[in-house]
Amino acid sequence: MAGTAVTPTRMVLNQLKGRLKTARRGHKLLKDKRDELMRQFLDVIKQNKVLREKVEQGLTEAFASMQVASSLMSPEMLEQSLLYPRQSVELGIKYRNIMSVNVPVYSFSTKNNDPSEIYPYGFAQTSGELDDALGKMADVFQDMLELAQVEKTMQLLAEEIEKTRRRVNALEYIMIPELEGNIKYISMKLEENENSTKVRLLKVKEMVLQDAHHYQQ
Amino acid sequence: MLKIAVIGGAETVMGFKALGLETYPAADPSEASKILRRLTRDNDDYAIIYIEENLAEKLQHEIDRFKDRPTPAVILIPGREGSIGLGKQALMSAVERAVGTNILGD
Repeated sequence: MAGTAVTPTRMVLNQLKGRLKTARRGHKLLKDKRDELMRQFLDVIKQNKVLREKVEQGLTEAFASMQVASSLMSPEMLEQSLLYPRQSVELGIKYRNIMSVNVPVYSFSTKNNDPSEIYPYGFAQTSGELDDALGKMADVFQDMLELAQVEKTMQLLAEEIEKTRRRVNALEYIMIPELEGNIKYISMKLEENENSTKVRLLKVKEMVLQDAHHYQQ
Repeated sequence: MLKIAVIGGAETVMGFKALGLETYPAADPSEASKILRRLTRDNDDYAIIYIEENLAEKLQHEIDRFKDRPTPAVILIPGREGSIGLGKQALMSAVERAVGTNILGD
């Protein structure tokens, strides 16, 4: 606590004043950082919410179509049709910097650009429902990719906000009050020392005068 | 180039295979956990890993490990039976972590 560990000298006082100034500036900067992060975070949350609903709905529909398809075809047949995908996906990743948080930006490319390439089977022996299901799946996949990006961004931002918030609080409620307390303690102590020196000097002066002139008050 | 993996029930991942993603069928959470560990162990080949919600339910602590790392993004997707709300819950927990309380109100 305040006043226990500091030596009450003028040098320490100056040092503490310097630290207090830095702490105050740091506190202000971190607070601004936190506010800006929070603003970004809220945007990301909104996006995430919308996307998640879209993806969940889309996938549920796709799975339902898949269910119909699998009930119309024998399991072996279905498995065989989907065994060898003709399409393959490549994902590139770049990083974007939001307030010193690196968040991923995915870029996505498919090996075959022809949209019909998602059907890895001949149409003769499969049911139309399967085409339907895969089509829906391909549609929803774009959103899934975006969801991944937004969700990761959200997680990383949340972590950074938590850290920043702790720092702001530590500065505001611990560092700064402690420094202020110490500064107060030192300046009081110095003042006290000054007073006692003054009194001692007066006393000495009196004694010296009495010695020299047998001066009596 | 980075890859995308899908972990889920055999029937769930079937469709994703046709899209060109790498699929890993898992029958139960412990199997899914093994796959997840294998995929993330030595390198960062996988940028996104989608996991079916009902498998992820038991693996929450495994998934939480990736929250602070830039890769991979572990994203929950609903399974065949529809969403059980875990994905939403992940959003809530992120909000709670950042703000301190739940500000979305649901």
